Amino acid sequence: MDKVYQKIEDAIADVNDGATVAVAGFFACGVPRLLLKALINKGTKNLTLACGCGPMLGAADELKQLVKNKQLKKVIDSYGLYRSATKGREDSFEQAVRDGEIELEVYPMGTLAEKYRAAAAGVPAVYLPTGVGSIIEHSTITNISGKSIPKETRVFNGRTYILEYALKPDFAFIHAHTGDREGNLKYSKTARNFNPVMAAAAKVTIAEVENLVELGIIDSDSVHTPGIYIKRIVPVPRIDFRVSID
Amino acid sequence: MANSVKLEGIPREMIALRVSKEIQDGDYVNLGIGIPTLVSNWIEGRDIILQSEIGMLKTGPLAYDADVNQDLINASCQPVVELPGTVYFDILESFTMIRGGRMSMVVMGALQVNDKGDYAGWANPSRGLDVGNIGGSMDLCVGANKLFLAMEHVAVDGKLKIVKHLTFPPTTAGRVNKIFTDLAVIEVTPKGLLLKEVAPGLTAADVQSVTEPKLIISPELKEIEF
Repeated sequence: MDKVYQKIEDAIADVNDGATVAVAGFFACGVPRLLLKALINKGTKNLTLACGCGPMLGAADELKQLVKNKQLKKVIDSYGLYRSATKGREDSFEQAVRDGEIELEVYPMGTLAEKYRAAAAGVPAVYLPTGVGSIIEHSTITNISGKSIPKETRVFNGRTYILEYALKPDFAFIHAHTGDREGNLKYSKTARNFNPVMAAAAKVTIAEVENLVELGIIDSDSVHTPGIYIKRIVPVPRIDFRVSID
Repeated sequence: MANSVKLEGIPREMIALRVSKEIQDGDYVNLGIGIPTLVSNWIEGRDIILQSEIGMLKTGPLAYDADVNQDLINASCQPVVELPGTVYFDILESFTMIRGGRMSMVVMGALQVNDKGDYAGWANPSRGLDVGNIGGSMDLCVGANKLFLAMEHVAVDGKLKIVKHLTFPPTTAGRVNKIFTDLAVIEVTPKGLLLKEVAPGLTAADVQSVTEPKLIISPELKEIEF
């Protein structure tokens, strides 16, 4: 089996207008920057980026470009805005959110993880305790009025839980430290984060890897994402980036 | 409600030091962004394991210069180092620990808290947005065995932060156990807020003057001890 694409543009050729793309990474760490750059070059429009914890704050240059090109329809995230209100006001993404040009839908981080996990495992929805006593017990959080969806709750053993639906992206963009041609992946340190669950959740998962190795080089006991979840794999150089996000 | 007199309290680092005294050896602790992160400066060498929700147990101190690895950050996006016994895992495992009740203690910053132990921290309405950054805060509140807040007693603009009714969107309801500020240490009890410690030079009446709910004064009221 050989899932390797030498050209990154070929690996994302079928990411078409209107697609929902899961973007792995946690702030600056484990973000598929080169796949995002390829998406900018391709010019795909009307995109929904399904995130976990601020990967687009980590890939700020790419986000700026996607906003400038008007490629984004919606972003789903737990932490999508700058912490500093001053910095936020200067940010073109936040401006587009304020103007209602881009929808931002916000969930708790662990809830997002479970929504991807449910999609990965063929589970339609899960009951979660997170957010009871907050606004999300009643409806989804979004900047676009009229887009908020009411939530269902149910009491188990005297405690309230919120029904959260599976979130199945069309594509997932993954960044791994090492991979082989069959798609077995290994991540580095805290760059693992949302990569495994998003890899398993999407219909089509595309992984960029810093090191493409022969089969058997990744110790079988040390594979983090089994190749069955990966459709395409692209070797990419390790690029240096600024870790902090302000 | 704004207060005209600015009370002189302890600096942020000392709030963090006071919080660190609450942590027992053997505890697993998650620290939120802001003053809580500073707690890590006071526990070096102790038998305490820090969890970062990005997917790391036994998070080391901040990394500088040649020790910075772009694949190794804490949940506040600061480069850190690993320690002997550090473990990495994915986000599902991380929130299994968090929601599953494995955190002995969670320390969060807050914008507002009330006398029932509800607090608000994920969105400041003054920003003029209907959305905000929840991150892992709501999950951490659900799973914490003890939930502490470490915060300034009064906001920069003079508005009170310890209030009768939250006017900011809540993060959690009824989960806060203790509040550590620059002016006081306050316990949330079923009867209300119990004032246990005050900053050096302050009286219970001083603290009450910048606290909206009526405080119960502990018979053992004392100066904040470090």
